[in-house]
Amino acid sequence: MIETRRLVKRFGMKTVLRQIDLQIAQGEFVALLGPNGAGKTTLLRILASLARPSLGQVMIAGYSLPWQASAVRRKLGVVSHQPLLYGDLSAEDNLRFFGRLYGLAGLEARVTETLALVGLEHRRHELVRTFSRGMQQRLAIGRAVLHRPEVLLLDEPHTGLDQDACEMLEAVLRQVTRAGQTVLMTSHDLARAAALAGRFDVLVRGKIAASITSQDLPPDGLLAFYRQALENNEREAGKL
Amino acid sequence: MNTTPEPLQATPFLRVMFAVIWKDLSAEWRSRELLSAMLVFALIVIFIFNFALELDPKSRAGITAGVLWVTFTFAGTIGLNRSLAMEKDRGCLDGLLLAPVDRTAIYFGKMIANLIFMLVVAAIVLPVYAVLYNNFHLFHPGLLLVIVLGSVGYAAVGTLLATMTVQTRTRDILLPILLFPLAIPLIVASVKASSGFLGGQSWSDLRDWVNLLVVYDVVFIAAAFMVFDFVVEE
Amino acid sequence: MADKKPGLLTGLDILSVVLLLVVTGMVFFYAPLEAVMGAVQKVFYFHVATGWVGMVGFLLALAAGIAYLRTKDMKWDIAGVAGVEIGMVFMLINIITGSIWARPIWNTWWTWDPRLTTATIMELVYAAYLMLRQGLEEPEKRARFGAVYAIIGFISVPLTFLSIRIFRTIHPVVIGGGDPGAEGSFSMTPKMLQTFMFSLVVFSVLAVDLIWHRIRLGKLGEKVEALKMELES
Repeated sequence: MIETRRLVKRFGMKTVLRQIDLQIAQGEFVALLGPNGAGKTTLLRILASLARPSLGQVMIAGYSLPWQASAVRRKLGVVSHQPLLYGDLSAEDNLRFFGRLYGLAGLEARVTETLALVGLEHRRHELVRTFSRGMQQRLAIGRAVLHRPEVLLLDEPHTGLDQDACEMLEAVLRQVTRAGQTVLMTSHDLARAAALAGRFDVLVRGKIAASITSQDLPPDGLLAFYRQALENNEREAGKL
Repeated sequence: MNTTPEPLQATPFLRVMFAVIWKDLSAEWRSRELLSAMLVFALIVIFIFNFALELDPKSRAGITAGVLWVTFTFAGTIGLNRSLAMEKDRGCLDGLLLAPVDRTAIYFGKMIANLIFMLVVAAIVLPVYAVLYNNFHLFHPGLLLVIVLGSVGYAAVGTLLATMTVQTRTRDILLPILLFPLAIPLIVASVKASSGFLGGQSWSDLRDWVNLLVVYDVVFIAAAFMVFDFVVEE
Repeated sequence: MADKKPGLLTGLDILSVVLLLVVTGMVFFYAPLEAVMGAVQKVFYFHVATGWVGMVGFLLALAAGIAYLRTKDMKWDIAGVAGVEIGMVFMLINIITGSIWARPIWNTWWTWDPRLTTATIMELVYAAYLMLRQGLEEPEKRARFGAVYAIIGFISVPLTFLSIRIFRTIHPVVIGGGDPGAEGSFSMTPKMLQTFMFSLVVFSVLAVDLIWHRIRLGKLGEKVEALKMELES
């Protein structure tokens, strides 16, 4: 579903991503872990068609970027740490607007259905700026799945949420991914990632340093695995 | 999997453009922040001019057009800043770019919404000015045409530049610095044409100025059309 | 090391200095004194040549802007900045020499003449260009926005000129203009023409030299950035 080949991103002289080969099959839920500045957000922005790679290829749902960007965008839903919503529009107007950008048929029914999915029907007429952070994030998920994308990209969706809001967010995520979507999520919260994902990739200094599936992972072993990956990378960098 | 058989191309240009305009107008309808800021600011500017220039009936006739255009352009800058800041606040610009739409449709939607706000301000400031100075010659069709042409050019350049400045560190201060030097021909032509029409000059006398306005509008809309992609895409 | 100053550039440095000295000598000792205006007319040789270099600098910024947007190659960004900075310096000299000439001839330091005003507005446009760049930390975005502004800034110049032109002008059009009404116009003798043409060539050489230096500086700066980054990681 998601495939990159020798993906490189440079900002001026600084290389942020070095030859990323990523493969995610349909229905997989992959958590992308890594320290700050490892390039997680940059990778997600490239997959989301918001940034162009300097080199390499990206295929999503069988379409390649940037040439088939519109097709890719129809298959993609994105949740970032910012809600990507208008504070001065009501919940339903936000969904209505984004639905129009996708040219969705049967928009009103979709909006109602989506609001129900994220549990916000009772506040559909209220302005988004009056919402709590958790509610905004739920609506953001609603916005991301409104057009029923096959691939979901989540960039630190837990940022700024308290315990309750996180749990609610995860419940919503499980709900919307029931249909078998492919998900790639960045996170630096290992416990949250462990609860959701089926595979864990560790990104360090613009490279995927290690990868493991949840079956191969001993119970509560994610932290140990993550530390090991960082240490190995550290040692290799020291050798050079 | 319940995939709907939607076309895989971009959503039609006009549909996107009207969606963006509708979104800006309804957000403004709910908050009324942008128009109220522009209007209050415009009226304050007129009052400041009144005392700064001592607008007695004799001297007023010559500079009415200048006062009006300074008011419109300053208020316009406030509106442009606010309109694009709204796209940046909760990351909405990314939300727009994630949709399968032509980027220039977003540009034209924003530009037309900004144009509407500028014209609404003009539609309120003009009668207020007329009442304050008991000058009802203001509603000359020529002047109205100049206001529309001038606002189109201003919104065209301003929307493009504001999309850049909201992404900078210095944000609000930068817009007038970037915009005013480029808007000089527009402002010169608008002021000259407006004061010509108010002074009772004929269409043929003012043709040069009106032509310049049209050329400015066409040139900058075309330029913005070509470069807008680069302003939003990394 | 590739950072060593190229020999050709050193040669160009020396050539520029020599040519500058020669043209200064020509202006004062070869070109005849203009009958009406006297010595102050000699400013004309520098005035036009610096204006020419200024325009070439801005034109380079425009071309580099278009090239950057097409290729996303950072070398075009460096070239664009070089064009703007060199253009601004020479356009400023152009305005100042014009002002020195205008004082005795037009009896004023400043008039709202189209060329003078347009030149000054251009300085403001490119000052805004530099400020826009200052507000952006990410090099890629800085290059992209800079390129966009260099393009639309340049487009505005002829329109600005036109808008002020429709006001009346008193600027003399010495080259290719037959308006005898303009105050301070004169016709060139062959010696004047030779000096004038030579001065255009000299300043063009100087411009190439300076732009080359500025591009080299930009590249070295980029290298320093990269080395710093390597040390950090």
